[in-house]
Amino acid sequence: MTFEWIQIPYALLTLFIILNYGLLMTAVVRKLAARVGGRPGIPVYQNYIDLVKNFALRSKISHGVMYYLGPVFRLTGGIGLILFVPTIYGSSWAQNFAFAGDLVLALYFVFFGTLGMALGAGESGHPHSAIGVSRGLSQVTMAELPLALAVYAIAVQYQTLSITEIVAAQQGGLFNWTLFTNPLAVVAAMFAFVGTMMRSPFDVVLAPQEIPIGPPTEYHSAYLALMQTNRAIFPIAKTIIYMNLFFGGATSWAEFAIKAFLLYMIPAVIGVVHPRFRVEQSIRFFLKWGLPVGVLAILTV
Amino acid sequence: MKDVDDKFLKNIETEFPLREELRPRRVTTPDGQEIEIEPLKDYFCEAAPKVHPKAYIPIVEDFYNWARANSLWILGFGTGCGAIEMRPLMTPRFDAYRYGIQWRPTPRQANLLMISGYLSVKTLKRAIRAYEQMQGPKYVVGLGSCTINGGMYWDSYNTIKRLDQYLPVDLYIAGCMPRPEALLAGFMELKKLIKAGKGEGANKYAENFATYKANQKSVIKDWDMPDYNW
Repeated sequence: MTFEWIQIPYALLTLFIILNYGLLMTAVVRKLAARVGGRPGIPVYQNYIDLVKNFALRSKISHGVMYYLGPVFRLTGGIGLILFVPTIYGSSWAQNFAFAGDLVLALYFVFFGTLGMALGAGESGHPHSAIGVSRGLSQVTMAELPLALAVYAIAVQYQTLSITEIVAAQQGGLFNWTLFTNPLAVVAAMFAFVGTMMRSPFDVVLAPQEIPIGPPTEYHSAYLALMQTNRAIFPIAKTIIYMNLFFGGATSWAEFAIKAFLLYMIPAVIGVVHPRFRVEQSIRFFLKWGLPVGVLAILTV
Repeated sequence: MKDVDDKFLKNIETEFPLREELRPRRVTTPDGQEIEIEPLKDYFCEAAPKVHPKAYIPIVEDFYNWARANSLWILGFGTGCGAIEMRPLMTPRFDAYRYGIQWRPTPRQANLLMISGYLSVKTLKRAIRAYEQMQGPKYVVGLGSCTINGGMYWDSYNTIKRLDQYLPVDLYIAGCMPRPEALLAGFMELKKLIKAGKGEGANKYAENFATYKANQKSVIKDWDMPDYNW
């Protein structure tokens, strides 16, 4: 991995683009979900206003050091995921800090935010936070199992742990995508994708109608604004990884925007038509359907 | 407090004992340690609310007020019949989300407390706790005639009559009950107040804290919490 100083502003620019894309796209998806329900829904710029409002609140309360660090860790998870994964394949500046073993680091960062949140929400002392976090950790752990297996499968398939090389191997046509060369791994990974995007049927952790509202119960003002920023960045970061690993990556920002939107729509569409699972139901679902497909992907690669 | 008869007011001479679970005591933890706990001190903060100044530069404050007005997060706290009138606002017919109005399930994240109807003394205690846990600037809207003058509960032994003696109300929406259209009109009116910089209820509450507390304590018979519980 070679380092040049110009990479830092380039990476920040990528981050800025992805933040705005995430804020707009999550609003568009919420609007689409509202249209399914027959409502006009929020304005597309609503996320920006909510962000400004939360930063502009005058009073803040702290419950301790870890309470401060919770949203920081969460945001670190999202930003770290973006910084160490190539966003646009072949672009001279949107490569960020990709290096030979970035696949392993990416797997770690997917989980990092949840762990940080567990520490922060735990210190807030609210019982709903503790229950929400234990639900979230058990569900995300189960959902990550098929993803981990799928990632091992494609690491074996492409004989590399570098995301850039995996994307390079998929160039040159639709049928070079992992989606077609290793469909079992993709199916297994998509179980994890739907399971960790915090949308119905797997949103028992954050849903306002459940124990209100899970881990962020005590978070407010600027803390909540940090977490909202992460809510915009993190799903896109995860989508980028999936795009790179399974759907041929993106060679331009336009391709990125289309692919990220379509990928994001998969959990969104599943979400608007399916009711919510309880935690033990979703764990059973992943063990019953996700895990065997993941094991098959490893066996057949 | 003239409109309240004496039977309604708390008898201040009689001391009500603290509930069992709120008394200081020694407990043995699961790992065998003996610790002292004092629930009122451990679970609540006793710091009084502060007056928070506006942003120093007026144009910044105007921008913030615009954002606050267009992102009203309501605490889903339903008292009385008005809670029923709020539900249609989430549904296709009236959809309040298009005006930036959203419902939050926790007081920490909400800015707008809707007192949606009559408030019994027991519920007042919870409403006060919910209000104090919200982060400023925060707004209170009283819904229906019950919050203005007691309405049809004027003679009740157990409901408060004028809400603004207990919490700093920014806006009343009159009616019994006001229809969802009236609520939407009220929200638009509240937005105008906030944009004009008049939504300073949190600071008003901090400035007149002693008065509000005296009023609250004069009706709440089992005051088993500190004076201020964030």
